[in-house]
Amino acid sequence: MDIEIVANPKMIIKNLNFYYGNYRALNDINLSIAEKMVTAFIGPSGCGKSTLLRTFNRMYQLYPKQKATGEVLLDGKNILDPKQDLNMLRAKIGMVFQKPTPFPMSIYDNIAFGVKLYENLSKHDMEARVEWALRKAALWNEVKDKLKQSGTGLSGGQQQRLCIARAIAVKPQVLLLDEPTSALDPISTAHIEKLIDELKEDFTIVIVTHNMQQAARISDYTAYMYLGDLIELGETSNVFTNPKRKETEDYITGRFG
Amino acid sequence: MNILPSLYTRRRIINAAGLSVSVLAMLFGLFWLCWILFTLLDHGLPSLVPAVFTQMTPPPGNSGGLLNAIAGSLMMTVVGTLIGTPIGILAGTYLAEFGQRGWMAPVTRFINDVLLSAPSIVIGLFVYEMYVVRVRHFSGWAGAFALAILVIPVVIRTTENMLRLVPSTLREAAAALGAPQWKVVNFVTLRAARAGIITGVLLAVARISGETAPLLFTSLNNQFWSSNMDQPMANLPVVIFQFAMSPYEDWQKLAWAGALLITVSVLTLNIMARVLFRQSATTH
Repeated sequence: MDIEIVANPKMIIKNLNFYYGNYRALNDINLSIAEKMVTAFIGPSGCGKSTLLRTFNRMYQLYPKQKATGEVLLDGKNILDPKQDLNMLRAKIGMVFQKPTPFPMSIYDNIAFGVKLYENLSKHDMEARVEWALRKAALWNEVKDKLKQSGTGLSGGQQQRLCIARAIAVKPQVLLLDEPTSALDPISTAHIEKLIDELKEDFTIVIVTHNMQQAARISDYTAYMYLGDLIELGETSNVFTNPKRKETEDYITGRFG
Repeated sequence: MNILPSLYTRRRIINAAGLSVSVLAMLFGLFWLCWILFTLLDHGLPSLVPAVFTQMTPPPGNSGGLLNAIAGSLMMTVVGTLIGTPIGILAGTYLAEFGQRGWMAPVTRFINDVLLSAPSIVIGLFVYEMYVVRVRHFSGWAGAFALAILVIPVVIRTTENMLRLVPSTLREAAAALGAPQWKVVNFVTLRAARAGIITGVLLAVARISGETAPLLFTSLNNQFWSSNMDQPMANLPVVIFQFAMSPYEDWQKLAWAGALLITVSVLTLNIMARVLFRQSATTH
């Protein structure tokens, strides 16, 4: 399939194949991610959307049996190159997971942890950065009086917003969100969707979601995947109202799922 | 639905029989445990006078206490734990966090399992051959080394297990920020498993508190007060061994008191370990 180039691509993926041991989970993926826009990956369970997302920050390299071939270009540079420094890459591409994962430390230290890895800020600047991140994540007002308390004492929605604050505090270029609201109640979900809408002014965002309606609500581009193949990539309004492929239409209209 | 009455009744009977056998087995075990505790309390409690904590082990026929034995046991347990715990935690961390590839981790794990079930008398003989014979005298240090060798496999096993319980998403979240692996392990994973690891250390201490065989070949015993680790050191288990089998009544009374002391401290350590672990489990 030809690469579908969007305007202003931040990332271009060429001929990406992914293997769990001998099992091929992604088949020759070609797509591009638009800068400072929200791209959503949708598709039924097991289609490879999370796998694809996790190649963008090479998270799969924590596990010996997983490998990827092909190219993933970030601003023209291939990040799958073995010479690419993994940790520097992950400082530029942040990730938020499905289950909220606060570190076992205070709220302040949670946010400061990532920043301290690569920046040498004075105490005053660090406090300002923590406040900036928490404000951006719409969590500041709820936690400003208890920054020294453990992050694990917050509610589920607050913990997830903490994880988002932690991810944006390091000012990455790209933000990967792996089903960030699937473990949350509707009110917290609405908070976070509003947040994503504001965040795209500063960051390129890629979101994997099980919830088609969420993709329709918040994304600019949507990619539909099925069984390891990329079926269609296009502007969200087109994909949902006038899909080019029959498979896409079947999934969107709920004929299977 | 037609339930066959005979099948139903048969199932009820089998259920009742299985339940009864299990309860009987439990009562059998509990019976001996209670009898042991009762005997300990019966013989030991009257002998637990303040003198036990203030006077040294006496020659036969005199009254005295267990102060030097208690102090010696405390010193060797503390030193043994201090030597064994860091080695155990580092090795356990290696096995859980860095050993996914290669042959070193599975081999280490296997050797550790063997060491865990090695008879403590063998450990005592080993330290005797390697150290006591070379320096030509028994000492508290030798006793502490033997105890450390007993601590290490327990701490390795519990540290590795507790680290494996930390969800992989927590490690991934730290890695996703660009943290190098040693920082992920140090600041996130070990911290998350902190309570479990401490529990493991407490259990190791409980294990070595009552060990007699290794001390027989290493620290031996000392009739007098000794705080010099380079000399033979008095300790509770060997004192009990010596006094209990003697024909002297005051020695026997002291032996019971010592046995009660060890049992109470091991019991307390185990309870502390459980309480600590349960507390941490409920806050997460």
